[in-house]
Amino acid sequence: MPDDSTHGGGEHFILDGKALPDLVQSIINAGYWLIGPAVRDGAIIYDEIKSCSDLPRSMTDTQEAGTYRLQQRSDQAWFGFNTCAQSLKPFLYPPTATVCRATREKQGYSITGPTSDTTKMAFLGVRPCDLGAVLIHDRVLADGEYADESYISRRENTLLIAVNCTEAGNTCFCASMEAGPKASQGFDLAMTEIIENDDHYFVVEIGSQKGRSVVSTLSLASATKEQVLQADRRIRPAAEQMGRSLDTSGIRDVLVRNIDNVYWDSVGRRCLSCGNCTLVCPTCFCSTVQDVTDLTGAEAERIRRWDSCFNLEFSHIHGGSVRHSPKARYRQWITHKLAFWHDQFGTSGCVGCGRCITWCPVGIDITAEAHAIREHDLQAAPVKEKTEV
Amino acid sequence: MKKKKPKLAVWKFASCDGCQLSLLDCEDELLAVAGAIDIANFPEASRAIARGPYDLSLVEGSITTPHDAERIHKIRRSSKYMVTIGACATAGGIQALRNFTDVKEYASLIYANPEYISTLQNSTAIADHVPVDLELRGCPISKYQLIEVVSAYLNHRKPNLPSFSVCIECKLRGTTCVMVAHGTPCLGPVTHAGCGAICPAYNRGCYSCFGPKETVNTEALAEQLKSMGTPPADLVRMFRSFNAEALEFRQESTIHERED
Repeated sequence: MPDDSTHGGGEHFILDGKALPDLVQSIINAGYWLIGPAVRDGAIIYDEIKSCSDLPRSMTDTQEAGTYRLQQRSDQAWFGFNTCAQSLKPFLYPPTATVCRATREKQGYSITGPTSDTTKMAFLGVRPCDLGAVLIHDRVLADGEYADESYISRRENTLLIAVNCTEAGNTCFCASMEAGPKASQGFDLAMTEIIENDDHYFVVEIGSQKGRSVVSTLSLASATKEQVLQADRRIRPAAEQMGRSLDTSGIRDVLVRNIDNVYWDSVGRRCLSCGNCTLVCPTCFCSTVQDVTDLTGAEAERIRRWDSCFNLEFSHIHGGSVRHSPKARYRQWITHKLAFWHDQFGTSGCVGCGRCITWCPVGIDITAEAHAIREHDLQAAPVKEKTEV
Repeated sequence: MKKKKPKLAVWKFASCDGCQLSLLDCEDELLAVAGAIDIANFPEASRAIARGPYDLSLVEGSITTPHDAERIHKIRRSSKYMVTIGACATAGGIQALRNFTDVKEYASLIYANPEYISTLQNSTAIADHVPVDLELRGCPISKYQLIEVVSAYLNHRKPNLPSFSVCIECKLRGTTCVMVAHGTPCLGPVTHAGCGAICPAYNRGCYSCFGPKETVNTEALAEQLKSMGTPPADLVRMFRSFNAEALEFRQESTIHERED
């Protein structure tokens, strides 16, 4: 949605590792509320950044299905970790929001609509997968017939500073989903952190006018062609390091024709239907609407709250829930994410951030489940001769 | 004509009184509650008892004596709506631990003259004895949920009482998962929401004060906890606390008791 963003191939500058505090200050001086990675309660999450000392310097994490552990790095990397525990979703699409308020009057009642959120928010250290998810949310929440006005007003005031991945985690698979490890669009600035012997610098790509104006005060030197190539060379291994992969070829049709596959029973037995996967997913956008009243009935409020297709009430229609079993709810989630999202929004609903794998308390793995359905595909097409790539 | 205020009654069975104290705990909202309803019976607040019938009865505690097993029927007959409040009333409470052993043996260890004790072998939920209109979970209940129920009742609307997992509440408040990030055994994924996920916010696993959530899968969680190093004896204790008699927890704890 950033109106003036380019699609890669922008100008490149060099920011010295020691000058990161200047960039942080420049963002804050421009009137932004700065959100970036920070260590809280044993994990790296997106939180308010007041200065560079809030950033998780020299920290990293090890993620596996159902586990996350914070660890120390041996170098001084500012962004040497994988995905944060949550994406930008809690900021751009808050867990709860007031839709409207009603006040009883002598005759009838009056309604006040939502107040638009015009806080200027800057996000530093956005991973390409999370950036891709924001672009998906733009399509879902800001485009089309049912645009969410408060989401639009928040996005209009957003500055996105991506940091390309030069390492990948065990649950990462953005390369499979073509959402990373390099940010290709939608950013205002995209940085690649390079540590080489005693050199520590960022190659900064300008993605928009907004991004340019933030770095304009820093009098940065232009990057040489070699430095830009060096940044790309650093990103490439991350794609090969990904701990997970998902074969997306024909995935939509494979899932759709296996709706009745008995394999779903297997995941149904393991699934807790706790909803963690959906709430850590950067693209899951489902919400419910609740009406609350005060005791006197003088005031009422309508609240939008994150919901999950793993909750029984989510599919409650007249007569009860249509997806009573956890199996049916898991199938609904994965088929929406990887299959029906294509029909609905023209892209996959998955960016391969791997959060649903890491943060599932019992470690259910979307890549393994998609693979298993393919393996159990009852209507598999005859194996075609593989062509050399 | 002034609208007649609905009559609210609070009834106590085997319990610690903590849940009815939640009503007094409402502090800021208490005056509004008192203004909107007539409190006809509330032992923790006043000895005065107004005659029934009652529009809304809040029942605290479990059935543990033959006398109470009869008394609950009388209360049901004089109540238009009956809402049970807390783990004792909805699942037998902590005193339902007796259900897994011989209550006579317990009584003989505690009382000098156990022959004077008239008690039932099992501690049971109110809904095991009479039809209940709504159950509020928790040990103790959440005062916000209590106000929500009273408010919904007064405004003729459905109360918002989600039966999904505590995990959802953790994520809504932005708490990092203690099970995934710290390896702390947590019952959140099998526990009914309502508390607002207090314990994980203080880096503790969920103790399941609110009992089993909707379509609960205790088996898969127990498997995972075992693989994280939780011994069967601990699993038995985890599932046997405030909601030990809740069907799914009773079944799960019994499985691990056999393993131990």
